[in-house]
Amino acid sequence: MNTPNTAPSREYLKPPVTEVGVLGWLHGNLFNTWYNSVLTILFAVLLWQVVPPFISWAFIDSVWNTPSEACRDIEGACWSIIPQNISFIIFGFFPDGAQWRPGSAMLILLGLVFFSKNSNHWKKSLGIYWLIGIIVMGTLMYGGVFGMQVVETAQWSGLPLTFMLSFFGMVAAYPLGVLLALGRQSRMPAIKTLCVVYIEMIRGVPLISLLFMSSILFPLFLPEGITIDKVLRAQVAIILFTAAYIAEVVRGGLQAMPRGQFEAADSLGLNYNQTMRLIILPQALKIVIPPSLGILLSAFKDTSLVVIIALYDVLKTTKVTLSNPKWTGYSTEAYIFLAVLYFICCYAMSSYSRKLEKSLHTGR
Amino acid sequence: MKKDPAITADAELVPSEVPFWRNPEKRAIVFQVVALLLVAVVSYYLYSNTQANLERQSIATGFGFLDKEASFEIGESVIEYSAADSYADALLVGALNTVKVSFIGIIFTLILGTFVGVARLSSNWLVSKLAAGYIEVMQNIPVLLQLFFWYAIFYESFPSPRQALNPFEGVFLCNRGLIFGVPEAHAVHGTMGWAFIAALAIGWYLNRWGKRRQAQTGKIFPTIRVTLALSIGLPLLTWVFAGAPTAMDIPALRGFNFTGGVTVSPEFSALLLGLVFYTAAFVAEIVRAGIQSVGHGQVEAAKAVGLRSGQVLHLVVLPQALRVIIPPLTSQMLNLTKNSSLAIAIGYADFVAVTNTTINQTGQAIEGVALIMLIYLSFSLSTSLFMNWYNKKMALVER
Repeated sequence: MNTPNTAPSREYLKPPVTEVGVLGWLHGNLFNTWYNSVLTILFAVLLWQVVPPFISWAFIDSVWNTPSEACRDIEGACWSIIPQNISFIIFGFFPDGAQWRPGSAMLILLGLVFFSKNSNHWKKSLGIYWLIGIIVMGTLMYGGVFGMQVVETAQWSGLPLTFMLSFFGMVAAYPLGVLLALGRQSRMPAIKTLCVVYIEMIRGVPLISLLFMSSILFPLFLPEGITIDKVLRAQVAIILFTAAYIAEVVRGGLQAMPRGQFEAADSLGLNYNQTMRLIILPQALKIVIPPSLGILLSAFKDTSLVVIIALYDVLKTTKVTLSNPKWTGYSTEAYIFLAVLYFICCYAMSSYSRKLEKSLHTGR
Repeated sequence: MKKDPAITADAELVPSEVPFWRNPEKRAIVFQVVALLLVAVVSYYLYSNTQANLERQSIATGFGFLDKEASFEIGESVIEYSAADSYADALLVGALNTVKVSFIGIIFTLILGTFVGVARLSSNWLVSKLAAGYIEVMQNIPVLLQLFFWYAIFYESFPSPRQALNPFEGVFLCNRGLIFGVPEAHAVHGTMGWAFIAALAIGWYLNRWGKRRQAQTGKIFPTIRVTLALSIGLPLLTWVFAGAPTAMDIPALRGFNFTGGVTVSPEFSALLLGLVFYTAAFVAEIVRAGIQSVGHGQVEAAKAVGLRSGQVLHLVVLPQALRVIIPPLTSQMLNLTKNSSLAIAIGYADFVAVTNTTINQTGQAIEGVALIMLIYLSFSLSTSLFMNWYNKKMALVER
């Protein structure tokens, strides 16, 4: 006790063992109260019941790339259904020799998506890249030039069809949705009513009713002799459906614009078109980027509904594979594979949208 | 009326009459007339095409087909139905099946979604991470794929009735569905239902009386607990007075299938499982966001005032959280109802599936699709009416 201003020695009392390190973490996060301890033990037992059998089914007792006969007498999963049928599941009825074409089209799409992820690339040139990309992808899919065999849209199937329906569903629906949102905000009663009726009607019915409409009613609407291909009709239905949802998202962005922005534009003497194009939409659309990605996500999931009107998207090609007597009975494996495929795409989109939401939050 | 010289000078520069294309009000009228004309012309074009096509294919129009004999069987039905009944009856069966799966689905979704949402906020690491994993996985897999998955589980993984799984006494699980025993039909069951309704009515009255008494004297009446006790106690009491009939209708294996008990078909079970697991993930996120929206200060303040933890939840947290939760929740309930139309993909006879069969038989696609849209529109319009009512009610509670 000679030193005046410090404790007798520089020795600190160490925290108890149960509060630091692994034990501390366990105590703090799993066993901090009696009911948490009960819950932890309960769920641990549950996991122990479920996880080891699943692992031995999926990884230990399973076969990975064998003919279907080898699957008959094993305990585990028969993953062979995937590699043995992969080209049909992914590309469907696309002619065998030409499957590199949808393959490279998908690679271009992925490349463009990854390039667009970086917000530093959001310039005018990005639009040009996309335009070029879309033309190249369309040429690859349809063929007819450079000695490529023509592949009618009726043969487009599998994963490329899923991507196409959801991607073009979004791209074509966006301008329509923005127009509808502007119409709904309009002061002209007739235009406002038309837009409200359209939006509320589409949002009130399930997508499946629109797909039915596309498959059985569209042909009746057209004059005699004109037929539109089934894929295109479904695409139109998805566009009309998605546009209503986009309109509501964009309306949210428009409503978030402070009045001052409109008044400032008015006092500068800008007319309606200029106000919208130069002042309001650039800001409003920026706010709604994350919820728009949410709509792209649900459009991507919803394209699986085209199964019901007998289009061959990736879910339908899987079902066709399963109806092959050689592979009947391995639905669980096939559906788990598809679920993983969808999950990877959707999870990437949703986590990107969350990241973007944070980085776009400019604190205004 | 002295004229300002500056204004008169300006007025000479500007033409006295503004041309109509520079007048926003008149321009608006022109725009609207053009838009309406455009819609009218397009509709007329489609209408005339349709008329011509229908005549060429000699398809009848109108709803006259509703009275004709349907002549197709429906797998499951809430009401009596046979193939000899009319299309209107068949459609009613489909509509009731839609209502049935949506109603049961909504109840299960609310329960599961609330549990997962609360679990997501748990301080228990394992529970919270499991809930997070559940939400991510379920939200990111298309609901149709989930339906196919559950349906395949029922058809491929479950044994035939002879080797049915028997997890509990009187409950069987096989590829014909879930079969379980129920109490044998007895006259007292109807009376028990009335007793339950009576208990709810008393509870409603007690609630009003209790509130008035609390406003006057400050004494709190435990309305919820008393109502809960009444709604269980009254039916139970009627049951005991009727001699406590305990006869059960236990399913038994006869030949290749079960007789007796209640059978839940694989189609219905797969649809229910898929819809509930999918929608519950979204409900969980809504519940989590709602609970998190109530500031921690609110809870601390309520505790400081001396409320017990049950009262904190009931009087402070829930009223505020529900205001955030209810609007997105109703839209999820509506989504579940709309997604129940996917039943057609796995063969459950909901309204869309029955209408589709009707369209295939009669060829009257326009009427069929119009009926589908009408039914779902009436669901969503009534939901939005409820929402408007609820929002108004909640707005009154606000300062």
